[in-house]
Amino acid sequence: MSIDVKKRKKTGPWREVWRRLKQNKSAIFGLIVILTLIVVAIFADQIAPYGYDDQNLRARFQTPNGDHWFGTDNFGRDIFSRIIYGAQISLKVGLLAVGIALIVGGTMGAIAGFYGGRLDNGIMRFIDILLAIPSILLAISIVAALGPELRNVMIAVGVGSIPSYARIVRASVLSLRDQEFIEAARAVGASDTRLILKHIIPNSLAPLIVQSTIGVAGAILAAAGLGFIGLGIQPPLAEWGAMLNSGRQYIRDYPHMTAFPGLAIMVTIFALNLLGDGLRDALDPRLKN
Amino acid sequence: MKNKMLLEIKDLAIHYITVDGIVKAVQDMNLEIAEGETLGLVGETGAGKTTTALGIMQLVPNPPGKIISGEIIFEGENLIGKSPNELRKIRGKQISMIFQDPMTSLNPVMTVGDQIAEVVKLHENVNNAEAAEKAKQMLLKVGIPAERSKEYPHQFSGGMRQRVVIAIALACNPKLLIADEPTTALDVTIQAQVLELMKSLKTEFNTSMIMITHDLGIVAEVCDKVAIMYAGNVIEYTDKVNLFTTPKHPYTIGLFNSIPDIESDVERLNPIKGLMPDPTDLPTGCPFHPRCNKAMPICSTRVPANTEVQTGHFVKCLLFEEGVIK
Amino acid sequence: MMGEVKGLQPERLLEVKNLKKYFNTKKGLLHAVDDVNFFINKGETLGVVGESGCGKSTTGRVVLRLLEATDGEIIFEGKNIRDYNKSEMRNMRKEMQIVFQDPFASLNPRMSISEIISEPLIVNKVFKDKADRMKRVRELMSTVGLAERLTNAYPHELDGGRRQRIGIARALALKPKFIVQDEPVSALDVSIQAQILNLMDDLQKEFDLTYMFISHDLSVVKHVSDRIAVMYLGKIVELADYNTMFKNPQHPYTQALLSAIPVPRLDVHRDRIILEGDVPSPINPPEGCRFYGRCRYRQSNCLNVTPELKEIGPETFVACHYAGNLKPATN
Repeated sequence: MSIDVKKRKKTGPWREVWRRLKQNKSAIFGLIVILTLIVVAIFADQIAPYGYDDQNLRARFQTPNGDHWFGTDNFGRDIFSRIIYGAQISLKVGLLAVGIALIVGGTMGAIAGFYGGRLDNGIMRFIDILLAIPSILLAISIVAALGPELRNVMIAVGVGSIPSYARIVRASVLSLRDQEFIEAARAVGASDTRLILKHIIPNSLAPLIVQSTIGVAGAILAAAGLGFIGLGIQPPLAEWGAMLNSGRQYIRDYPHMTAFPGLAIMVTIFALNLLGDGLRDALDPRLKN
Repeated sequence: MKNKMLLEIKDLAIHYITVDGIVKAVQDMNLEIAEGETLGLVGETGAGKTTTALGIMQLVPNPPGKIISGEIIFEGENLIGKSPNELRKIRGKQISMIFQDPMTSLNPVMTVGDQIAEVVKLHENVNNAEAAEKAKQMLLKVGIPAERSKEYPHQFSGGMRQRVVIAIALACNPKLLIADEPTTALDVTIQAQVLELMKSLKTEFNTSMIMITHDLGIVAEVCDKVAIMYAGNVIEYTDKVNLFTTPKHPYTIGLFNSIPDIESDVERLNPIKGLMPDPTDLPTGCPFHPRCNKAMPICSTRVPANTEVQTGHFVKCLLFEEGVIK
Repeated sequence: MMGEVKGLQPERLLEVKNLKKYFNTKKGLLHAVDDVNFFINKGETLGVVGESGCGKSTTGRVVLRLLEATDGEIIFEGKNIRDYNKSEMRNMRKEMQIVFQDPFASLNPRMSISEIISEPLIVNKVFKDKADRMKRVRELMSTVGLAERLTNAYPHELDGGRRQRIGIARALALKPKFIVQDEPVSALDVSIQAQILNLMDDLQKEFDLTYMFISHDLSVVKHVSDRIAVMYLGKIVELADYNTMFKNPQHPYTQALLSAIPVPRLDVHRDRIILEGDVPSPINPPEGCRFYGRCRYRQSNCLNVTPELKEIGPETFVACHYAGNLKPATN
């Protein structure tokens, strides 16, 4: 060919998503908040001025001041430090619960969608049964059965969100399965495993990423909910939901005990949702130029 | 004696302002359509055909689209600058449009009869019963039994749906019909039916028509004159006979050479080299020069003007411009 | 075209016998391909034309076993490939390839050009060494006229013509003998379409390829084909040398189809045969000629007796009871 088209920046599809995401101010705000939270969680030991269970009974119920930015609780523990350590737990629960749901639900959805027929029917009916149980009830019964500890909270929250991932993956596999590029790969002799791993999964990532981002928010909320009713992570571990619960009885006199953990939950969920919405817009091919 | 002019486009320019740059979708356009005449607008993807149509309808999406300059004079009045209210009275009544895809241009939850009646009620002072009656008449005109007016679009085949679209477009007896690739989505035998229908209805209603197409075969069949577009410019504009017997512009000639001729055996096609230019970064000078097999050094610097090579035959090419070649 | 190889006894590369493909639908059995017979000689191009829903694309896919046939034989180089098991068939894929209509949908948007073209080589473990493989990819890219700087580009950055070149390079990667071209230029603008048609012609000569060229565009099919099969509702109604077919179409449907093409010339005037009505549904089609409802020459027995594809002249096959002897309809 004799003419050169204008030299374009070499961009993969993912880079283009990033370019679009960058233009969305609220998504970038969400991203910054989440990144800060992750950094804070990782370096909690260095950042937090006090340990999460350092009691100082002489300094109970302090309102926010220079020593204790967010005040202290009924045992004189520094709320700011506890919120920082709480971020560790919340993010761990959020990410791992979503991870469990993503792997189990995603695999189920991919198999159901790709092979169809009876397998599809069997898997989807199981999913329907899971869906029929309210997810918080399901989580409560799992934690009640397995015992309230961090690992079980993750499992409980994760199992509850398996159906949504299974459905998303199945839907996108179904729409991809009949695409010509799948047929083209089959025509050159590609195996089913290769079709799923190289062709179907990379193309169904977009809706999964969006769902996962928002799913992490849901998982954090669910874990906090479990903590609030006393079934989550047990004291003295700092967990935002449990902190809310323990502050509840003092809410009239010392509202800062509930206000700060509440704010932490709110800001995190808000940021995750902003990022999720931004990602959805950036990944949506209909908005492509 | 020549018929009265219905539509005159003068120096029209339409740009789209996008993040990647300015797309000059239509530039320096001058066209005329007389009453009862059919103009073919021919070009490849991105040539600016549909933008021209939307420009005439005053439906260019704004933003990003913007009419930069020019006049669109319909029955002596400039459409540019008319209020939305005035335009609504013209669209559908005086000028109507047929789109390429008959599937998406009909409302799936309304019966076809209601869809025709709706346009009639909008523009004419009639009651429901009269509108429904008119709808049935229109269906008959396009060759669909009147009793099918109570059916929904999905109950019709593609060709039948396009007939319904035509019925809607002609319901108010418009003076100008803009058909944007009306048969591209249809099979050949159905395309033949629909073209035949459009030709006979056009004569019956004495409607002027702009036929947007990429198929020179359709031009030969239905048009009186033709404008060939390339990268937003009308590069050749003449009547049908001139175009088919003495095409001038190298692009037009290239287009003819690209089509396999069904009447004779051609061992090898002789296509235009290269690709359509990036619309945000058109070549300097003549936009066609990088692909042109007759390009001269001057073509990359000088924009060709619209030159009348013989009465009614306009070409935008430096080969034909006076004083360029000594 | 194969004009040059005349004199040699043509060797059959592919033969299809009584091929059927039915789909189960909610409304009944859809006869997409219904008892189709044809052969393709080595080095020639068989054009397959017909309107949407006539079964031409399905035929192409069934021949490659991308869809499993309901019944019939697909004989490639003397062997019925319908008997092959999964791994034998995977091996067979090196011999027969396909180029798709839609250059947008047929390329994985998340893979770069070099990944797409190297996929057949990876899957079939053609090269041990990555450097050898990349060398072959570059070679293929230059064969189909893709600039080397596009190696790491993604499909969405390219125009339709270039994407179609990628699809062609992918089909050529394994050095096949036979390629099904499923409407390869329908989505392209005319000037690009002509470039691709020329490229395919060059490739055919260079690599001694055999094509099955599926299209709804009769002028394109006539240009590329040696012989042409016309399909209507799952059946071949006429099969002949391109010249014979265009000069002297025998089947009433072929006649109407040819007359319906808008010709970009003013000096040619055709008597247009406008067919009435639409193509009927291919679900549970009745006995008799499938074209009956739209035929100008129908006779009473056309309704009851299904016409077989029979040879009426040298290598000219027509499925019409009255071929060569058409009289206006009596009923």
